[in-house]
Amino acid sequence: MIDFDKWREILNSIQRHPLRTILTALGVFWGIFMLIILLGAGDGLQNGVEYEFRDDAINSMWIRNGTTSMPHRGLPKGRRIEFTNEDFDLLREQFDDIEHLTGRYYLSGDQMTVYKDKRLSFSTRAVHPGHRYLENTLVDAGRYISERDLKEVRKVAVIGRIVKQDLFGETDAIGKEIEIGGIVYTVVGTYSDTGGENEMRIIYIPVTTAQKVYAGTNRLHQLMLTTNDLTLEETKQLENKVHAAFAAKHDFSVNDRRAVSIFSAAEEYQKFVNLFAAIKAFVWFVGLGSIIAGVIGISNIMLIVVKDRTREIGVRKALGATPYSIVSMILQESILITAIAGYLGLLAGVGVISLMESMEVNYFRNPQVDLSVGFVATLVLVIAGALAGWMPARQAARINPVEAMRS
Amino acid sequence: MIQLKNIRKSYQTGYNRLEVLKGIDLHFEEGAFASIMGSSGSGKSTLLNILGILDEYDEGEYRLDGTLIQGLSQTEAAKYRNQFIGFVFQSFNLLSFKTAAENVALPLYYQKVDRNERHKRAMEYLDMVGLADWSDHLPTQLSGGQQQRVAIARALITQPKVILADEPTGALDSKTSYEVMELFKKVNKEGMTVLIVTHENDIAAMTKQIIRLRDGLIESNGSPVSASPKTAGHD
Repeated sequence: MIDFDKWREILNSIQRHPLRTILTALGVFWGIFMLIILLGAGDGLQNGVEYEFRDDAINSMWIRNGTTSMPHRGLPKGRRIEFTNEDFDLLREQFDDIEHLTGRYYLSGDQMTVYKDKRLSFSTRAVHPGHRYLENTLVDAGRYISERDLKEVRKVAVIGRIVKQDLFGETDAIGKEIEIGGIVYTVVGTYSDTGGENEMRIIYIPVTTAQKVYAGTNRLHQLMLTTNDLTLEETKQLENKVHAAFAAKHDFSVNDRRAVSIFSAAEEYQKFVNLFAAIKAFVWFVGLGSIIAGVIGISNIMLIVVKDRTREIGVRKALGATPYSIVSMILQESILITAIAGYLGLLAGVGVISLMESMEVNYFRNPQVDLSVGFVATLVLVIAGALAGWMPARQAARINPVEAMRS
Repeated sequence: MIQLKNIRKSYQTGYNRLEVLKGIDLHFEEGAFASIMGSSGSGKSTLLNILGILDEYDEGEYRLDGTLIQGLSQTEAAKYRNQFIGFVFQSFNLLSFKTAAENVALPLYYQKVDRNERHKRAMEYLDMVGLADWSDHLPTQLSGGQQQRVAIARALITQPKVILADEPTGALDSKTSYEVMELFKKVNKEGMTVLIVTHENDIAAMTKQIIRLRDGLIESNGSPVSASPKTAGHD
């Protein structure tokens, strides 16, 4: 009942000064609103870029052969380096930090794929079983290429969802026979890929089969691997060790980065991680700046409030208002305004974020704001407003009523 | 009711000490009706502040209804002001955004009296000062005399021990001034102790006792006749 009375007094006072109230509220509203928008935008950007990385494993390392760019031990530069199964075995046997490993052998050109009366052109990759982890391949039905397929040089194929759709339509593909470049394969699995439609227009076959039936070679066109859980530094070291091992085996300088080039997704990813750290810091800097501006705004308004009400405070004191009741009257008014304005800013910010969420923009996805951050920011503003009002309010509570009323 | 013993008060102004009250001895019985006069600088404002528990004194003793008023915290002072003293000011000092009834009820708010009860009692006191029909009006809609009557109702509502009026007629014409003084007389007749600070002789003459201050000391203290207002003149 007593509190109810106090709030009536406070609401009364707020109603008397609509402009002042709105200005105070606007400062707080804007501070919180901007903070939420900035945090949400930063988050959306981060999610967007992470989404672009979704296709390949973040801990992957891609090893490509090239030509030597410097002479080494009497060998001229310009020598072409070729990978074979021996290189695959070297990686498998000598490096414990490798989680999944695969080679790739490309058939030259698109091979005609035939099923019954359908003749379509798809690209075919001959791979090791570890390949599915590098491309984040999801097996929909059947199975992926296995070690046994490789060992027994089986003619089996795993086909992408689009391939399956184009060749088989709605009917089951598993166990059916298709012809790739004149060789008959049994379909053992179908898959989807998060990397998009093009990644699902591909046929995977065992690497040994391709080497044997199309070329009679042990060559590999590319080597790919994923690492165990390594720090960026350890990834870098692994990269150097792998490079050194190839340099020794293929007789090129360890400084020759073009003979064999290694690309680490982790390094690339780390660049973005660093970028986001910078963006986040910037967002907080600007956000806190707007909060501080809000705090200063409240402080100013509170000073004016107290000055404006000096006479009223004098009257109230003469009538028996305690210093506590004076201070709490002024502070609660400020707290009420900042809390409501902060909450509205929070709502408006979240509303705009949801609007942004529905937009389809590259490198911007699914912006999320930690609501607790917004609440903490509002709380900070409320406390700052209270502190800002506290000093002048205390001063006001100390004034001599007679002097206050003469002013 | 009010006992002042050798009250001294001085202010520090720069390097100088300005002695404002140099030993005031005063005694008011319950039901006293007195005016305090003196030129500016005589110490009457300071004396009023001390009587109203708005300011502290350096030396001496002030008892209000037997309670020693000394070294109080701000909160205690506020409590005593609220319980013991009703203030009436020269410029009325009603809160402009509150109606007459709300203004009268305000001291009860600080006694944490229930809202409905506050309003009921405010109406009683407004009726007593003859303004029951004006209870919903804002101060700006009232004449000066009416505002001062509202202020008197506000001073009375807590049923204080003493009414302290600081130049209550200073802002009013003489006809309205006399009406206000009639009201004080009526209140006093009902037993209330009323102290009025004024510099107007005709106003002071309507009280039962006149205290004249000069340079921080009591120059004279007596009935209006013996205080010989004819020779004093306006300051």
